[in-house]
Amino acid sequence: MKVVADTGLCQGHQLCQSEAPTVFGFDEAADVVVLLDEHPDEALRADVTTAVKYCPAFALSIEEDR
Amino acid sequence: MTLADIPEVSTVLDDQGADVPAIIKGTGHLPEMRVDPIRLFHRVREECGDVGRFRLADKQVVLVTGAEANEAFFRAPDDVLDQAAAYPFMTPIFGKGVVFDASPEERQQMLKNQALRGDMMRGHAQTIEAEIRRMVADWGDEGEIDLLDFFAELTIYTTSSCLIGKPFRDQLDGSFAEVYHRLEHGTDAIAYVDPYADIDSFRIRDQAREELVAKVQAIFAARVALAESLGGEIPKQDRDLLDVLIAVGYDADMVTGIFISMMFAGHHTSSGTASWAMIELLRNPAVMADVVAELDALYAPDADGAAPEVSFQALRSIPVLEAVLKETLRLHPPLVILMRLVQEDFELLGHTIPAGTVLAASPRVSNRIEEDFPRADEFDPGRYVDPRQEDLQNRWTWIPFGAGKHRCVGNAFAMMQMKAIFSVILRDFSFEAVQPLDSYRDDFTKMVIQLAQPARVRYRRRVSRFAGARNSTTESS
Repeated sequence: MKVVADTGLCQGHQLCQSEAPTVFGFDEAADVVVLLDEHPDEALRADVTTAVKYCPAFALSIEEDR
Repeated sequence: MTLADIPEVSTVLDDQGADVPAIIKGTGHLPEMRVDPIRLFHRVREECGDVGRFRLADKQVVLVTGAEANEAFFRAPDDVLDQAAAYPFMTPIFGKGVVFDASPEERQQMLKNQALRGDMMRGHAQTIEAEIRRMVADWGDEGEIDLLDFFAELTIYTTSSCLIGKPFRDQLDGSFAEVYHRLEHGTDAIAYVDPYADIDSFRIRDQAREELVAKVQAIFAARVALAESLGGEIPKQDRDLLDVLIAVGYDADMVTGIFISMMFAGHHTSSGTASWAMIELLRNPAVMADVVAELDALYAPDADGAAPEVSFQALRSIPVLEAVLKETLRLHPPLVILMRLVQEDFELLGHTIPAGTVLAASPRVSNRIEEDFPRADEFDPGRYVDPRQEDLQNRWTWIPFGAGKHRCVGNAFAMMQMKAIFSVILRDFSFEAVQPLDSYRDDFTKMVIQLAQPARVRYRRRVSRFAGARNSTTESS
């Protein structure tokens, strides 16, 4: 899977970091999410899915690799 | 620049009619928006499609619906589409000099300062659970409540306690909610002609605001006096946002306006959503049974008699209840229209919208687009279950919280609050309607929509096999 973060929508809630800390980081200066791992291991799918579902800004999504 | 190529919706209410107040005669669709805005907004889409137009006095309003137009609307920067100027009915409520809506940068900063951040939520959840329990503490084994009265008062306590602080909240009683309600009710669309017009609802609004200012100023003065008596500073652990704003140098008038505006976003919205979730559960008994079963299972004590606390669980997944809340928000979004004033000519789906136009999106209409939400008028929590996920699949049309940079910054807080409320009241009580199910309705005559009264329901204390376990958890917490 490929994780996509839209920094034009991110509001800096930082909830995603607690769901999947190896995938989502935070740019303190810009106050937005940074992707630490664009293609996380399948083992992290449940955590990433939760982060996407509960992102208060709807700024995250998962695209399936082809 | 011209709006001529954008179709205008039909007129069904004569703006010179005998029933139209003199002050809004000749104002186009304003008289209709004052009595039936939902019908007006839906008709714009039915007659004009994704981009249609109506008129409020001297303002042309372009109403967009559908994913493509909504995305353009929600992604536009603030210097192109300005929120602040589009809500003239809010200025007299917040007070002059209090900005309605800060820039995204300021909002993000406020988000941190105002403690809506993820890591503050645990404390808020505990606060909210305590406030709900305080509200139902004097309930007997059965009785009746009015949903508007109950949830409007509860959400005054939760928003003030979480966003401002417990010391401030502890100075409030039921009278604060009553005054606040009168203030919210002063959002008559006549404000599009003159927000200070000499009409009853504005007089009541201004009176209510003065009463609130007096209440806040008294708390402010007492706080300053307390600080002085302690040698200039209140101990850190006893401070709340009021002390911070005093330290920053704001005067009491400004603080009052800031508090009104902070509480405004989280108050009538949460109150209405809780009420409608209850009404939809009463209308859909099978869904109610599913939610109650889910909560009973979640909070069932383990072998040692320990059960999860509401404040813990409300921050975690409660899938059936969450789906109910999302579906309630889709059908009954607290804000039915979101508006921006166009600051510079704006390209939208091949049209050029000239500066000075009001551009609007409607959660109420977009949330019910049949192509995105099959059987759109039906209450169906199954929409949010994998693989349908109709909220994530329709990010620009599932918009009860708006979308884009301005998407409601309090939405995670709001969902947590709803989960906490229903966790407490549905485990301890069962509810039934005491009036016809179709008689529960919204009052759309003001821009701030509130439940129409009466909206009464009957509660009955459940005989719970977990009562003992719950008591022991409460004591140990």
